[in-house]
Amino acid sequence: MASEASPRWPFLRQLLGRTDGTGSDAMSARTRSLKARTDGAAVARSVCPYCGVGCGQLAYHRDGELLAIEGDRESPVSQGTLCPKGSASYQLMTHPTRLQRVRYRAPGASSWSDLDLETAMDMVADRVWESRRRTFVETTSDLPGHDPCRTGPNQAAEPVGHTTAVAHLGGATLDNEENYLIKKLFTGGLGMVAVSNQARI
Amino acid sequence: MPGLGTSFGRGGATTAQQDLANADCVLIQGSSMAEAHPVGFRWVMKARERGATIIHVDPRYSRTSAMADLWVPIRAGGDLVFLGGLVRHVLENELYFESYVRHFTNASVILKEDFRDTEELDGLFSGWNEDTRSYDTSSWMYEGDEADRPRRDPSLQHPRCVFQVLKRHFSRYTPEMVERVAGVPPELFHRVAHALTAASGPERTAAICYAVGWTQHSKGVQIIRTAAILQLLLGNMGRPGGGILALRGHASIQGSTDIPTLYDILPGYLKMPGAGRGESSLEGYYRNNRRRGGLWHQTPAYTVSLLKAYYGDRATAENDWGWRWLPRVTRNHSHFSYWLEMAGGDVEGLFIMGQNPSVGAQNARLERRALAKLRWLVVRDLVEIEPATFWRSDSPEVRRGELDPAEIDTEVFLFPAAGHVEKEGAFTQTQRMLQWRQKAVEPPGDATSEAWFIHQLARRLIAKARESDDPRDEPLRALDWWYPEDEHGEPLMESVLAEINGWYVDPGRGSDADDAIRGEGGEPATPEDGARTGRSGLARAAGGPAGTVYREDAEGRPHHGAQVAGIPVLRDDGSTACGCWIYSGCYGPDGVNRALKRDPHGPYGHGWGFAWPDDRRILYNRASADPEGRPWSERKKLVWWDEGEGRWTGLDTPDFPKTKPPSYRPPDDATGVNAHRGDAPFILHDDGLAWLFVPTGLADGPLPTYYESLESPVKNPLYGRQNNPAVNWLRRPDNEYAERGDPRFPYILTTYRLTEHHTGGGMSRTLPHLSELQPELFVEMSPELAQELGIEKGEWITVASLRGAVEARALPTRRIRPLRVDGHVVHQVAMPFHWGPVGPVKGDVTNDLVPMSEEPNVSIHEGKVVLCTIRKGRRPADGEFDAWMRELREEGGVAP
Repeated sequence: MASEASPRWPFLRQLLGRTDGTGSDAMSARTRSLKARTDGAAVARSVCPYCGVGCGQLAYHRDGELLAIEGDRESPVSQGTLCPKGSASYQLMTHPTRLQRVRYRAPGASSWSDLDLETAMDMVADRVWESRRRTFVETTSDLPGHDPCRTGPNQAAEPVGHTTAVAHLGGATLDNEENYLIKKLFTGGLGMVAVSNQARI
Repeated sequence: MPGLGTSFGRGGATTAQQDLANADCVLIQGSSMAEAHPVGFRWVMKARERGATIIHVDPRYSRTSAMADLWVPIRAGGDLVFLGGLVRHVLENELYFESYVRHFTNASVILKEDFRDTEELDGLFSGWNEDTRSYDTSSWMYEGDEADRPRRDPSLQHPRCVFQVLKRHFSRYTPEMVERVAGVPPELFHRVAHALTAASGPERTAAICYAVGWTQHSKGVQIIRTAAILQLLLGNMGRPGGGILALRGHASIQGSTDIPTLYDILPGYLKMPGAGRGESSLEGYYRNNRRRGGLWHQTPAYTVSLLKAYYGDRATAENDWGWRWLPRVTRNHSHFSYWLEMAGGDVEGLFIMGQNPSVGAQNARLERRALAKLRWLVVRDLVEIEPATFWRSDSPEVRRGELDPAEIDTEVFLFPAAGHVEKEGAFTQTQRMLQWRQKAVEPPGDATSEAWFIHQLARRLIAKARESDDPRDEPLRALDWWYPEDEHGEPLMESVLAEINGWYVDPGRGSDADDAIRGEGGEPATPEDGARTGRSGLARAAGGPAGTVYREDAEGRPHHGAQVAGIPVLRDDGSTACGCWIYSGCYGPDGVNRALKRDPHGPYGHGWGFAWPDDRRILYNRASADPEGRPWSERKKLVWWDEGEGRWTGLDTPDFPKTKPPSYRPPDDATGVNAHRGDAPFILHDDGLAWLFVPTGLADGPLPTYYESLESPVKNPLYGRQNNPAVNWLRRPDNEYAERGDPRFPYILTTYRLTEHHTGGGMSRTLPHLSELQPELFVEMSPELAQELGIEKGEWITVASLRGAVEARALPTRRIRPLRVDGHVVHQVAMPFHWGPVGPVKGDVTNDLVPMSEEPNVSIHEGKVVLCTIRKGRRPADGEFDAWMRELREEGGVAP
């Protein structure tokens, strides 16, 4: 809102104010009351999810809604800048084709159906349990013929305790804590060794 | 990772991106940094503003080249000979940093008499076994004296010392050979050599940046090794403006090897136990993996602490800390190897979390077809990506009649995943820095984090195991799955970080540290304050001993004691648990989540995030001081010995025992880091030295050797061996290779990333903004080649290899130039690889053209060099595709 001391019309203000007409004197009452859409919003300190540079991001949100993702000027790595991908990460979170429900394709089907999340979790747990049970290798004498560690009938067998028939792929886009839990459950608990990700470098 | 790991000790970038600004020369090779890591490239630009010379060596002129002082066009795959030429130049002209090399590297170590170099065996080292296609590495070991200590010649003159072996090994990597192999004229080579060597020495430093342009080769690890040798000879490691910056292409590539979702390692680069290696007991495992000197002497402490983190109270001294519960590796279980087992019907179930192998992986046709052999498949992603839809009518294999949906029995579960601002946790970025993300909003609908998914799956499977009495379910029953949850059933992620940092297992045990959190009280006022201090306000342990965080398990019972302060306090007696020893210290007894901290200060940004280990920003920084502990120069000082205080000090956390004086000489019976002299900066290695020559740890040789790419237009001019002998080709009818000089496939194809897209495209092709910026697939080629083939800009062309054929728009450009290689004109073409058949913008899959192959050390493919042919017009229609591919195969003969 215009202050009481100055005239209401911008044109008069510019005439009387002896300024060049590009500053606040040129503002209308509406312009003066404009605020950034992130004004007063809560902010989470975040990090860009694309490449490995690790640019700092500020994720503005209000009432459970994401408002904007901007570069974090304090980041000693990125100093507030983001590349085209990082700048698009607000869209990455909010675009309309994001998945929201579990989709299920039954054997032989040619289209998806929806599945309740808890039901899907139960079904996956059952599949893992059954596959592991069927394919668990106790010792080196149970290994397939092409495995170099396979021991023959007259050789001393060693414990193996693994399954190679349940496998995992992915990790370089996930958090350290998630990778930690994946390795702990899959390898430490289930005996899965066929675990791989993008980082074979 | 082993390229850097075996040379220096740790498999991570040795420097920080900001430190590039301190370089006097930056060599970027195997990377288009300005395009693939644009924000990191700002530090290269800062260096240039300060007068540094920027060099870009790449087959393709890109925005990186445009900003460089020198662009060196090179044949894709010729990097090792180019770098080897630089090594030779430095050695022959005595341009190496003599004192640095003599004190800090293994140049003076004498090798055994039975070691034979590739110069003597025409491309093989001693120990090669043609039947097993692998090396017996015993002849690569050092020659020992009477006490079995390595013999040395500090004068570097002994004919069998590493320095002299190195000189002979690279003696034929002359500028003329560089031109012959890599197509780089000697004049241009000398300009690079001069710029690099002039910017190295006590007063100056040069840095090297690389990305997957070096790793994705059948000799990828050895290319990085050559760069390591070069930087060691020039004395550029551990110093400001020096080092080797590995540019990682995903947010947590570094993190996902540190805490690996990989088959052959455990967290912190501990090896997975294997069958047939005498590792049935922990003692046997230590025999293989413990070293007398250096940090790996503590292998038992790191291993037992990990087992305590995995199995909690169930891991006891009596049961060898649960060692038998870990599964044994018996063969190569990495991506391609198990995928081929899948193609053969031997894999029942697969989880894919945040990766798109149907587009991003090599021989993508084979990758997609193999999925149809699964009983069940779980895909978790933000959007519907191609691996989830291999069975649908829009899948290329279904369209071409190679797969019939009605006959595919695979059950597919596609779970919606939470995005990066919808969950909390840390990525470890390219310079080993953990950065915690706070959660902003809830994920939409039924979308959940991977942590939620694994946690909920674990609860279900552990419940099943508890109902069973089968001994094979014992590891699941023993698993310490204690994590407290939030109201959505999500494990509290800081409680997982607390486990990764490590704690004393006794719940009654407090911390001795002065800065323990108990008694401080008060929640942080806002999340912003939490980020400033690294205290989220969630961790406060009511009534627990000092130094504990997240002390109570899901049932509210005390679970563990105080956090450990860091690596040195980890023990092998079962008193400590630690999920990843190299990360220890990130969340210590002061209750500060250092990954969350956002309060940077100083030139290296300390106070912002946590760089493993122990927040050291420049690794091996002891080498920034001379053997006596004084900075090599005022201009390049970083860490030095403060005689008055009796400790190391400087601008970074010293990567060295804090109070060990430079004059320290170990007694004969010393072990661990105490076995290192006070002038031995590479504290992971047994001898405290950097390894110019790698006696142990690599499958394809102790020194880098040039081999041609698996598909190559020319004969290897250096050795009789055409290819890396230890490589795993994975040859089969659907993964064939063109023979050397195959006339059917005369052009070299190399692949690259666009700034506007990300790998398999699941995170970029789906976004309107990015899709509009880069809507479709294209092929960059030289105007000369376009003219030869009569191709106009923008017209459809088909690029084909023995694996497949894809269509794209032609883009003739001066950015690509024909090269003269060994007397022939060689044409190269370059393609991005981000498109696929699903999503708002579609395109053919470039990776259909690339074979699956496994480099001997890390099982990476050769994605950067493929032989191809080009036809005008679009690729054949779906129904005619197979016949067309057959015709192409049968068209020409095989090269003489």
